[in-house]
This record gives sequence, structure tokens and C-alpha cells, in this order.
Amino acid sequence: MASDQVKVIGAWASPFVMRPRIALNLKSVPYEFLQETFGSKSELLLKSNPVHKKIPVLLHADKPVCESNIIVEYVDETWSASGPSMLPSNPYDRAIARFWAAYIDEKLREKKKAVLAQVEEGTALLEKAFIDCSKGKPFFNGEHIGYLDIAFGCFLGWLRVTELAAGHKILDEAKTPSLSKWAEQFCNDPAVKPVMPETATLAEFAKKIFAKPRPKLTVVVDLCVEFLQE
Amino acid sequence: MNQEEQVQLFGLWGSPFSKRVEMVLKLKGISYEYIEEDVYVKKSDLLLNYNPIHKKVPVLVHEGRSIAESLVIVEYIEDTWKTSYPMLPHDPYERSMARFWAKYVDDKVMLTLWKACWGPESEREKMVEEAYEGLKHLEEELGDKQFFGGETIGFVDIAADFIAYWFGIAQEASGVMIMTVEKFPKLQRWSQNFVGNSIIKEVLPPKQKLMALFKAQFGNNASN
Repeated sequence: MASDQVKVIGAWASPFVMRPRIALNLKSVPYEFLQETFGSKSELLLKSNPVHKKIPVLLHADKPVCESNIIVEYVDETWSASGPSMLPSNPYDRAIARFWAAYIDEKLREKKKAVLAQVEEGTALLEKAFIDCSKGKPFFNGEHIGYLDIAFGCFLGWLRVTELAAGHKILDEAKTPSLSKWAEQFCNDPAVKPVMPETATLAEFAKKIFAKPRPKLTVVVDLCVEFLQE
Repeated sequence: MNQEEQVQLFGLWGSPFSKRVEMVLKLKGISYEYIEEDVYVKKSDLLLNYNPIHKKVPVLVHEGRSIAESLVIVEYIEDTWKTSYPMLPHDPYERSMARFWAKYVDDKVMLTLWKACWGPESEREKMVEEAYEGLKHLEEELGDKQFFGGETIGFVDIAADFIAYWFGIAQEASGVMIMTVEKFPKLQRWSQNFVGNSIIKEVLPPKQKLMALFKAQFGNNASN
């Protein structure tokens, strides 16, 4: 029925947009994907997110929900009966998941020009966080992908593009063994695979939108913050 | 199990972030031990142990485990003490709206208000303009409601504590006037309702002490 229809306004290359799409896939909720043209904002986007004028926006029965992590929680709460919960049931574990999701977004906002040392400091912390949160299971959320997996995993495509450009691995089996394994499982998950672009496709896209060559290691951070920021 | 005895809050007397957590604990009637951390002077070993990532307050310790980041703590308290004084609505859409506005205040509005008062001269004009825009969005969202949460104080009101109380004092101390009753009558009315609440008013730091702190640290706008 049209009144219950779900739509996502976004762009295929945006990691933030990937977040609600993965969530909807996990809950087996069908949705219409409304692709924004790169470089311009549709009337619908401006009307649906007048405060930030940014993607992603979820429209549920024409009511807009904005801010990617908030949309993920909304999806989890609204379709709580279908599919596993995206946040742990224990309040402390929920707080830890929220803490790390906030940490990731904060670091992206703060460090416009990421330096390798800072990125590696972050991944070392997340490696430890993964061990604590997963408790031996494949994902931060345990058996199934959840809120924090999505919050972090959405950047894996772009992270790979950056690693290729820099000729240096940020997540690797030696330094971050648990995260490396997690990354592979995350990207291969049926809820993620359809919305995670191929690394080569992203790399081509990066070349097109960056008019001139940029310091390679800043690709992920600059791109997310400046162009595809929610 | 006597949960109350196991709640500790590491805070800072003048911090709106720290006070958010105290307000919620008090509204929900949760007993706690308060530990003042003068983070600008020295951070205690306990604090560094409980919040090694950010090394900031507030930090809540409950049943021996620590939680950091004020709004994450508020949601934790909400999840743990479910029966008294709900801070978030039941409906998922209303919850997402509350989280949206709280994040807007936390990420954007607070910083622009602060910079409008005391930011570098070169940025000042732009910050004042952004401050107006931020407050306008909030004025519109508030509408004729008593609080952002409706008839009772909720998640957004708590997140916006800086705007209700600290900002007025900051304006006085810096000489910058942005949130006037003429331009923002609804936000002004809301601030009065908020700081007038019997529980909130007991938690707020003394005005004179904050004024003195602001003047000492940031001086008057004209002299920056």
C-alpha cells in the first residue's frame, strides 16, 4: 500500500547512504532508491531535510527521517519483529555500540586531513573494541550485523580505495587481524553486497570528482566529509 | 539488588554536558555519588581509567562499568531505569525526531552559539549568522509546546540545556546579543520554563560563578 511505502534518498557511492540501505536489507524491507544527481539537490531532498539538506533521508509513508545512524535505529525499532535486533539487548552493550558509532563519526568530522598515524590509532582502538563487543562472534553485534557494524562497515569500500592509492594497508591481518576478518564477512553479507560498490568503480568515481590529484591518504576522509556527507 | 548505590558520576560543576546527566538522574529519582573532576587542572587516575579514549567528563560508572559521552549516557540511563520519567517517546518516529534535534543541538547549534560569542574575529560574522539560523530552526520546532518533549522535559530539552541557561550568561559576559525575546519569543519562554523547573533549578551551576568564569577565560567580545 502506497501509504506504507519506504523510500531512501541518496547516492550509490555514499557510505552514509549505505547505512540505512543495509539496515532495510537486514529487515527485508523493500524500498525505492531515489538517486540524487551528483552536484545538485532535488526538490524532494530539500523539502525532506530542510535543516541539513543532505543525504541520506528515509521516507516512510512520506514522513522523513534524517541522519544515517538515527535512520538505522528507526528501522530497527519500526521493524523490530522482522530480522534480528541491530542493537544488543543489554543496556551497557547498547551504550558501547552507540559510543563507538559516535566516535567514528566524530573522528571523521574532526580530522579533515587524516594522517596515517591518526587513522592507525583509530583502527587499533576499534580492533580492541571489536574483540570486546563481538565476544567471539563474527560481528560487533554478535551473530548478526548490527548498528556498529553498519556505522563502521559502510566505509570499507572507500577504505580499500585509499589503501590502493596509498599502497599501504590500513586494515591488515598483522595489525588488525579481527577487523580484517570482520571486514571480509561484512562485505560478503547478503544485506551488504548489493549496496557496496566495487572498489574499482569507486576508484573511477574518485578520479572523476577530484579535479586534481590529492594527497592519497586523505581520500576517504575528504570525500566523506566534503562531498558525500550526510 | 540495590542499583542506586552503585551509580557514580564524574562531572564538572560548570559543564552543560555533565549537567545533562545530573538532570536526568535527578528527574528519574536515581541516587548517585558525584565526583567533581577539575579536568582543566588535573585529571584523576580514576577518570583516566574510566574514560581512556576521550579523557573527559561526564563519565557514569554503574555496576563497575563506565560509560562516556553525555547523550550516550542519557540513553543508557533511559534503557536501564525504564519505569521512571521517560526521556524519549514510545513511538519510533517521534524517537527519531527527538534524536535528530538533540544531535542538531549537540553537533551544530552549541558550537556556533559559542563561536558567535567568542570565536575568532574573522569567523564572528559567519558564526552569528549560523547561530541565528540554528535558533530559528529550534524556535520553529518548539512551536507552542511547553518543552521540546511536549508537556514534560525530554531528551531534546536536556540536550539543549546550554541554550536554556549557559547561553544567556555567555551573551551577558561577551556582550553579544543573539537570542533576544523579540527574535525568539518561544525559545525565551521555553528557557524560563526549563530553568524554572524545581528539579532542574537545583542542578544548575550558580550564575555568578559561571559569569566570572566566562569573563575570566574569554573576556569581553570587544577586547578579543
